[in-house]
Amino acid sequence: MSHPPGSVSRVPNGEVLVRARGLTKRFENFTAVDGIDFDLYRGEAFGFLGPNGAGKSSTMRMIGCVSPPTAGELTILGRDPVRDGSAIRARLGVVPQEDTLDVELTVVENLLVYGRYFGLPRKLIRERAAALLDFVQLADRAGDKVDPLSGGLKRRLTIARSLINEPEILILDEPTTGLDPQARHVVWDRLFRLKQRGVTLILTTHYMDEAEQLCDRLVVMDHGRFAAEGSPRDLIARYCSPEVLELRFDPEVHDTAADKLKDFHAERVEVLADRILLYVTDGDAALAGVREAGLEPLTSLVRRGTLEDVFLHLTGRRLED
Amino acid sequence: MEGALSLHAFRCWLTVYRRIWRSSVWSSVFGPLFYLGALGFGLGSLVNKHGSASLGGVSYLAFVAPAILSTGAANTAMAEATYPVFGSVKWTKVYIAAQATPLRPGDIFRGHLLFMTMRIAMNTALITVYMGAFGAARSAWTVLAWPAATLTGLAFAAPIAAWAIAVKTESTFAYLFRFGMMPLMLFSGTFFPLSQLPGWLRLVAYATPLWHGTDLCRALTLGHVDLPRALIHVAYLAALSALGIWAAARTYRGRLYV
Repeated sequence: MSHPPGSVSRVPNGEVLVRARGLTKRFENFTAVDGIDFDLYRGEAFGFLGPNGAGKSSTMRMIGCVSPPTAGELTILGRDPVRDGSAIRARLGVVPQEDTLDVELTVVENLLVYGRYFGLPRKLIRERAAALLDFVQLADRAGDKVDPLSGGLKRRLTIARSLINEPEILILDEPTTGLDPQARHVVWDRLFRLKQRGVTLILTTHYMDEAEQLCDRLVVMDHGRFAAEGSPRDLIARYCSPEVLELRFDPEVHDTAADKLKDFHAERVEVLADRILLYVTDGDAALAGVREAGLEPLTSLVRRGTLEDVFLHLTGRRLED
Repeated sequence: MEGALSLHAFRCWLTVYRRIWRSSVWSSVFGPLFYLGALGFGLGSLVNKHGSASLGGVSYLAFVAPAILSTGAANTAMAEATYPVFGSVKWTKVYIAAQATPLRPGDIFRGHLLFMTMRIAMNTALITVYMGAFGAARSAWTVLAWPAATLTGLAFAAPIAAWAIAVKTESTFAYLFRFGMMPLMLFSGTFFPLSQLPGWLRLVAYATPLWHGTDLCRALTLGHVDLPRALIHVAYLAALSALGIWAAARTYRGRLYV
């Protein structure tokens, strides 16, 4: 499925939970979010992908009703976040970028205290806390202090805590930043299960693999605006060739090779500091062509296009820069 | 509904306090005991030898004990309303966690202020009991010195919390302790009567909350209650508390809803 750039992409059927039109957040001397439009639907996993400073966290804070928009419209669960913030937040779950667990308390106490913030009855909180610790595989650590837990375990506890009010929308700001690969996969698995249960996920990330794993739809954000939006597959199809040939040359000949390859019949050539990327239909054929032209790379790799390539194409920068 | 949300925040402070109360026992239980002993009995034995006319005819212990009560309240307020408020944004992030829930900045503040007031009331209750035990309570009115001292603490806690949420770095608090609390503690008619101060400095002292709190507590524990004067003290302290609560509603919102 292809769409003209800038159009609202194919959307799941159903109820709009978050609606933004011209949403803007300005701080004293810069504009963090610069007039964005989107609709988020019940049951989907929606991602904001972009480098640090793109405006992802500011957008999340506005959706979390803790940051009043400077301009534009924002409706969450059909209500106004400035006027009805408290009532909206009662139906949201938030996993902040930095852990905000109470390290003086035990694992289970963190859930009990947090449940009280929502005014839930003690008995219900206890039942939910036990089920949630099971869900994030922390039941055997319930009585432990939080402080010595690893980053991955703390993150899982934060996710359990964010679910204590059985939220309709779960907001995750860079949920796996700073975790090791194994811990990331556990978090992804749990988030995928939540999605299967019908929880709407809104997440920010600067990891393309995370976006590909979790998101039904995503927007690529840069300088406070959307550079593109669609499903991961749509975006790759729209902005990237089927295959990518990555070439690495001896640093001494990197520049001359780059000059020669500029005229090579690829869809596009990206010259990075350490590598040259050729966007082509057939990577193996392209590699043969490069060799015929008398260039011998130190290493070569043929791979499929990814969101990283989409991002590079749209912004001229790499995601994790 | 309004009050219920603040109570949720207050309960969370209680839960944490149940974990960490031991760390504050030393200063709460023994601090005032040392002050009463060293000033009331130690320094007092010297002062009493020179007669007690300037003290209004009472022993130095009876004179200084209500000041230890009011400064104890102010010190507890200062300890509870500075670093814990600042840290709830920067270090422990208690406020940041709470703001993602139905609690609004005002609820977060009022819940915390209720906890601060409880801590002040605990410490002032203890000092009031010490005063009774040492014979420094000269009147049945002393029972009212406890809420009077707690109100004095509240008049410090609310405005300080309103300010502490907005400061940029915690080193700013050192100025409050050095240039605020220290002179207040020395020159508010606490350890010596205001009549010993030069006239212009006396006028400054009359404007400070610690003088009002101390004079009120002293009138009650000595049983020399002058009703209009006592009401002025209560009105002053209540107005300062209300001002702090009003200001904090704004500074908390400004700091948390960026």
